Amino acid sequence: MTSRIATPESTLQARAALDVESIRKDFPILHQNVHGKPLVYLDNAASAQVPQAVIDALQKYYETDRANVHRGVHELSQRATDDYEGARADIQKFLGAADTREIIYVRGTTEAINLVAHSFARPRLEAGDEILISAMEHHSNIVPWQMLCEERKAKLRVAPINDAGELLLDEFEKLLSDRTRLVAVNHVSNALGTINPIREIIGMAHRRGIKVLLDGAQAVPHTAVNVRELDCDFYAFSGHKLFGPNGIGVLYGKRELLEEMPPYQGGGDMIASVTFEKTIYNELPYKFEAGTPNVSGSIGLGTAVRYLNGIGLDRIEAYEKELLDYGTRAVSAIPGLRLIGTAKEKASVLSFVLDGVHPHDVGTVLDREGVAVRTGHHCAQPVMQRFGVPATTRASLAFYNTRAEIDTLAAAIHKVKEIFG
Amino acid sequence: MSDLRELYQELIVDHSRNPRNFRKLENPSCAADGFNPLCGDKLKLFLKVEDGVIKDASFEGSGCAISTASASLMTEMLKGQKVENAKALFETFHYMLTGPKDPQHHAAQGLGKLAVFAGVSEFPARVKCATLAWHTLKNALDGHQEVVSTE
Repeated sequence: MTSRIATPESTLQARAALDVESIRKDFPILHQNVHGKPLVYLDNAASAQVPQAVIDALQKYYETDRANVHRGVHELSQRATDDYEGARADIQKFLGAADTREIIYVRGTTEAINLVAHSFARPRLEAGDEILISAMEHHSNIVPWQMLCEERKAKLRVAPINDAGELLLDEFEKLLSDRTRLVAVNHVSNALGTINPIREIIGMAHRRGIKVLLDGAQAVPHTAVNVRELDCDFYAFSGHKLFGPNGIGVLYGKRELLEEMPPYQGGGDMIASVTFEKTIYNELPYKFEAGTPNVSGSIGLGTAVRYLNGIGLDRIEAYEKELLDYGTRAVSAIPGLRLIGTAKEKASVLSFVLDGVHPHDVGTVLDREGVAVRTGHHCAQPVMQRFGVPATTRASLAFYNTRAEIDTLAAAIHKVKEIFG
Repeated sequence: MSDLRELYQELIVDHSRNPRNFRKLENPSCAADGFNPLCGDKLKLFLKVEDGVIKDASFEGSGCAISTASASLMTEMLKGQKVENAKALFETFHYMLTGPKDPQHHAAQGLGKLAVFAGVSEFPARVKCATLAWHTLKNALDGHQEVVSTE
């Protein structure tokens, strides 16, 4: 069919289609051989790769702009400060936050959760109070709450999941009580790929006046997030999973909550004035950013976010959904392979076990075929216990992965079966 | 594929599928636990030592092919060995996997079937899998109670 003007449908298709071959050129690390085979990088849920734009931004900072921020009157410090704060504004827009003061730079999701545990939950938690998490959390969203609950003689409640790896929403709601002081759940599970029904979770909690923290580490690389539309109280993510540098992450918090919260760490930059008698804390967001921050990391993360906006997360989501469906069909067809995590709403993750072969051996064979995956418990030992497996092999996708790479993965799994019969 | 065959030799695959001495030992004279937190491999090693000689050895647990085969072949090898010899075997085995590459063929001498693990040295991430049982053995012989961790 030919037409002189683009129909709305074809416009939509054009918008939805991702030019993956062109996108792959933006990621220099993807173009190499590993053990003599082209690299197939499927460990994106552990760390995603960075585009050239991010590498260039880091290089520019170190080559021309490197200085400390918020301190010097000199030109370099001004440039560094402008880029550092510019990145914060980019991240604010990326998350749909109302105000740059709601964007706190941290080391990563783990530090963000610890910050909320220390500064938000601890002062509100009394003996017998409860924190509610889910059975599919990463250790970083379990251990800080266990430590706090132990200290405060509070209870950690865990909402169960079904055999597909989906949260049992009714059970979750039953666990909300007048003692619940915070709900902390992941937006997307790192071990299973489950997308949690966060709107329902937030609605149920808010109807009872309970605040909600979302661990968004595995969500932001795959789907557009708007914290104002979600009305979540805290949202945490890591830069290295969002095609940015290591050692940088973000805690979003509603301004009125952050204003009430005491600082997390003391030091430089988080103060307005210091005498030995009294220290006046700085305003948001600096109140929570003690010490010289990760300037290059922040600039790199801001660049990553701009890069993603240039592609469009709606297009990324549509492409990845199709790719995950293809991958699910491809690996499910392999005899003796069992997917762990088969939620209806899923993102990025193909976690599986193979009959009679330990995931560590699967990982070694795949590596020799150039295929990089994660094997182990994925820092989610309770999830492994729930499914009765010691570990899984996890392939996790990003928008630069292709169907051809999925085919390579499937062929490599067949090699595993050849070796282990 | 050839280097994978170096790692997963038939003997290793066989012992991982059908581990020998895979049972609990009643009234062991010593036992120890080993754990690899990276991949979740766990094993419990049992020894029966009489007059400085290892009369029986067995293990239980779950792990990858390398760690299971290593424990299986180790327990086979240990039976009838003097305790000093077992400790010397540990050193030789460890050296084969972690020592300088060139003298490897010499290093493997005296290891018998255990030389099948020489290929593991080409897979640094897997050396811990092969040595877990041996570190556990050392702890059992030295009488340490704490769980051996390869991390």
